[in-house]
Amino acid sequence: MHERSVVADIISTVEFNHTGELLATGDKGGRVVIFQREQEVSGGECKIVTPPFSMGSSKNQVHRRGEYNVYSTFQSHEPEFDYLKSLEIEEKINKIRWLPQQNAAYFLLSTNDKTVKLWKVSERDKRPEGYNLKDEEGRLRDPATITTLRVPVLRPMDLMVEATPRRVFANAHTYHINSISVNSDYETYMSADDLRINLWNFEITNQSFNIVDIKPANMEELTEVITAAEFHPHHCNTFVYSSSKGTIRLCDMRASALCDRHTKFFEEPEDPSNRSFFSEIISSISDVKFSHSGRYIMTRDYLTVKVWDLNMENRPIETYQVHDYLRSKLCSLYENDCIFDKFECVWNGSDSVIMTGSYNNFFRMFDRNTKRDVTLEASRENSKPRAILKPRKVCVGGKRRKDEISVDSLDFSKKILHTAWHPSENIIAVAATNNLYIFQDKVN
Amino acid sequence: MFARGLKRKCVGHEEDVEGALAGLKTVSSYSLQRQSLLDMSLVKLQLCHMLVEPNLCRSVLIANTVRQIQEEMTQDGTWRAVAPQAAERAPLDRLVSTEILCRAAWGQEGAHPAPGLGDGHTQGPVSDLCPVTSAQAARHLQSSAWEMDGPRENRGSFHKSLDQIFETLETKNPSCMEELFSDVDSPYYDLDTVLTGMMGGARPGPCEGLEGLAPATPGPSSSCKSDLGELDHVVEILVET
Repeated sequence: MHERSVVADIISTVEFNHTGELLATGDKGGRVVIFQREQEVSGGECKIVTPPFSMGSSKNQVHRRGEYNVYSTFQSHEPEFDYLKSLEIEEKINKIRWLPQQNAAYFLLSTNDKTVKLWKVSERDKRPEGYNLKDEEGRLRDPATITTLRVPVLRPMDLMVEATPRRVFANAHTYHINSISVNSDYETYMSADDLRINLWNFEITNQSFNIVDIKPANMEELTEVITAAEFHPHHCNTFVYSSSKGTIRLCDMRASALCDRHTKFFEEPEDPSNRSFFSEIISSISDVKFSHSGRYIMTRDYLTVKVWDLNMENRPIETYQVHDYLRSKLCSLYENDCIFDKFECVWNGSDSVIMTGSYNNFFRMFDRNTKRDVTLEASRENSKPRAILKPRKVCVGGKRRKDEISVDSLDFSKKILHTAWHPSENIIAVAATNNLYIFQDKVN
Repeated sequence: MFARGLKRKCVGHEEDVEGALAGLKTVSSYSLQRQSLLDMSLVKLQLCHMLVEPNLCRSVLIANTVRQIQEEMTQDGTWRAVAPQAAERAPLDRLVSTEILCRAAWGQEGAHPAPGLGDGHTQGPVSDLCPVTSAQAARHLQSSAWEMDGPRENRGSFHKSLDQIFETLETKNPSCMEELFSDVDSPYYDLDTVLTGMMGGARPGPCEGLEGLAPATPGPSSSCKSDLGELDHVVEILVET
């Protein structure tokens, strides 16, 4: 039992909501934990500081800087058994996506391999008291004893946060769901599995529209799968999906009901000098994200992060090396399956900095304007509260300097696959296996 | 050219060697490395079948890698077909083994039963590999293939139209409910036939299917009478379900 609870805590997705007030995490055990940012005591302006980042505020500030505390915890998905296939369906939460807030309640989508659920998270701080038919403990009263009628009144109670499943979108995916994306019309969303993408209306759970289907008639001819998909942040008819062959397709839903023919096709020609048996595997895109502006898309493959301009399909406009020192280790990484790790990538609020994870609990940030980059580590030893994160460096060959770490000393079991960036401030959330780190920028 | 490329990929303890003899050594070490990569990939594909559904992306990427290696080996001339029937078939069959492997890898998505179950031509993949694979690797692959086949053989017949079933679910057409269960009966029918065959006295082929089901019996013809009561009981249960 102890072992099970440890495995269940591996964080599998991290996502801020649209205001950044809430931060949701999903884990391998099917649980969702939502953190809420404390209201700041005094309304100080915070300066945007480029890396290095620090945890918490500097010492000359008196008020608390708005830290994140647990707001709600609930079990989103349970393990299931598919009797037809004699296989387990994992309860692991693959993705969480927030809906924009439209009333007092919060709504989010969470998905495992097969089923998407819409959860409503709401607060209750008042309770009706003075029922006629029930007494204070909730027991039914004998109607014969009731001689007067009264109107129940709402009285304050301790704050309670409830999560209720409002919709369950099931039985629409044969293959494993890897992405969900809320459309900018806030009425529809899409779910993508290895071979198909479906479009849903939030109100309708027993029907979805299939908008992409790349399943070949003969499964033996299958050579490519869908790896990620996302809606354009402003144009509700446009979405992109990435593939295991390193390509991105942009589709327009107005063109046809089944978007099998893409509007744009993004692919970088292969570098023949780098060709190896692993070329295709490392070109497989693990994540695709639109910039907030909607002008760019960012893709993550095994060794790099690339930024593409929507108007240029033949190559990316920027390529950043995440951990190129692994290029000579691909054979070993293939053997231990690390080469199949799916790293995610994120934009900051202004689309000027991009971030992605690596091994040894390292994560990397690239400033698109200054072209500076930094490697940071998410670990307990190096992150005392209010401490400034020290940049890390991996030594590739030759002499290793004092603070550097050599490639062979890297811990490949400590991988940072999931990170999130606050929509407007320099606050980042980094999931390191079963620990969540939240870093804020230095405030002067 | 190839040798250099491979050196870059693998954990390179291969030093740069000069000279004609050294050149030969490099080429053969490249072949060895390529071969071990092929073996590793095949093992990975077979080991995809866990309790949870295998990761399709991973399977596809590994299968593509295997196909790449095979293509290169075919061009090199190091990929030799063993069985005579294999040699007679069209050039496309150099990829037959990959297709069959792919079928095995995502067998539950609606393909034919896993290879090596007694069909003549599906002996292809394992026997094709024999000359180029080391004996140990071949035995390992074969045994792992058989292990996988045992408990999963039943699933093979299920999955023939599994995809059809799920497409049906997608469209939510109630009249297709019959189709949903039409294939469920077939493995039980096979079992019935097998058991009948056992009682009647020995057809070695179908008995293989029992490996994963009934407790191990020494041979089809032995102890039939003593087992008769037990088999009757089993058949009864199956028929009732």
